[in-house]
Amino acid sequence: MSNTTADMARPAGLDRRETVRALLADRKDLLVVTGLGSSTYDVAAAGDHDLNFYLWGAMGGAAMIGLGLALAQPDRPVLVITGDGEQLMGLGALATIGAQRPANLGIVVLDNGHYGETGMQRSHTALGVDLIGVAKACGFAWTETVERADQIEHLRMRIARRDGLGFANVRIAANDPPRVLPSRDGVEIKNRFRRALGFSTI
Amino acid sequence: MSAGTPAPEWRDQVFETLQHNRIEQVVYVPDAGHSRLIARAHAEPGMRAYPLSTEEEGVAAVCGAWLGGQRSVLLMQSSGVGNCVNMLSLMSNCRFPLVTLVTMRGEWAEFNPWQVPMGRGTPGAFELMGVQVRRVDDAAVAADEVQAAIDDAYGADQAIAVLFSQRLLGRKKWER
Repeated sequence: MSNTTADMARPAGLDRRETVRALLADRKDLLVVTGLGSSTYDVAAAGDHDLNFYLWGAMGGAAMIGLGLALAQPDRPVLVITGDGEQLMGLGALATIGAQRPANLGIVVLDNGHYGETGMQRSHTALGVDLIGVAKACGFAWTETVERADQIEHLRMRIARRDGLGFANVRIAANDPPRVLPSRDGVEIKNRFRRALGFSTI
Repeated sequence: MSAGTPAPEWRDQVFETLQHNRIEQVVYVPDAGHSRLIARAHAEPGMRAYPLSTEEEGVAAVCGAWLGGQRSVLLMQSSGVGNCVNMLSLMSNCRFPLVTLVTMRGEWAEFNPWQVPMGRGTPGAFELMGVQVRRVDDAAVAADEVQAAIDDAYGADQAIAVLFSQRLLGRKKWER
C-alpha cells in the first residue's frame, strides 16, 4: 500500500481543540503536562492554569515528566497531553512507565500522523506504527483508541478516577488551528506550578 | 564507632547522604559502579528507585519529581551522558535542580576502547548545557561531595554532576 493510500484510509479525525477542551473540563485537582508544539497550544487554548506545565522543547520528555510527577503526587491524577511525534521521540519512556505503572497517570496522544509544527511531514503513525500496541506491550493497565467525540467523556472520567496507568490515542484531524501561546518562561511555569501545590519555589 | 568495626564503605556513605537529604526518587541506568547504591535505594521504603531505558528519561523524571515536590537523584555511567544533552535544556530554561552521580569509564585502566570517546567527552557534554561538573578521586570525600551537590542543587537551584573517577571505582575484571 502506498503512503498516500494509507493516509486516505485514515478517518477525518476529531477537532484537536474541542477534544482537549472536553478532556480538561471540570478538571478539579488534575495536573497536566503538555508536549511541545500543538499540544501545548491546545491546552493553553482550553484555558491557562497554574497546574499546567507546558513544554516548548525537550522533545520526548513529556511522558517522563508525567511519571516523576505522578510518583511524587499519587493522590492526584496526572495527565500528559502530547502529539504522536513527541511521543515517538520518547518511545522508550513507555517501557519505563509501564514497568512502574502508577495508577494516577494517563497519557493522551493527539495523533494526526504528522509533524504539525514543522510542515506536516508524515510521522510513523501514518506509516503503520501502532502506539496503542506499544502501550499494551509495555504493560499499561488500559488503552483506548478514541475516534468519536462521544468517547472523550469516558476517557476524562477514567483519568480523573485514577483508574490505573492508561494510554489513549486520539485520532485528530491533521489541521493547524490558530496558535494560542502560553508563557514560554520556563522558570515562571515551573515556579507557579510548585506554588499552586503549596511548595516553595526553591 | 567501636574498635575493630571496619570504616563504612564510601558507597554506603553516599547512600546515607541521599537518605538524610530526603531524596525520594532514585532513577538510573545501571552501572556496576552504582550497583550497591541501586540495591540500597530499592531496599529503602522512603525511596522509589526505578530503571530508565535511556538516560535522558531520567533528566525529565527529575523535573517531574520536583514539580510534584520531591527531590531525586539520577545515576548513570559516563557513556550515557551524551544522551542527555537536549533534555538538559529543561535545567537551563526552567532552572530545575539536578543532582546526577556519574561513574566514569574510559579514563583509567580501561580495557574497552568503545568507552573512551564518551568518557573523555563527559565533562564537556555537561558543561555544554550549563551543568557544573565536580570530580571525586578520593573515597574519603565522596559523601561530602554528594552533600555539597545536594546543597547546591536544592539550596542554590543549580544543576550538578558528580563524576566518580574510574580509579576510585577500581579496575573492571574482564577475565572470568
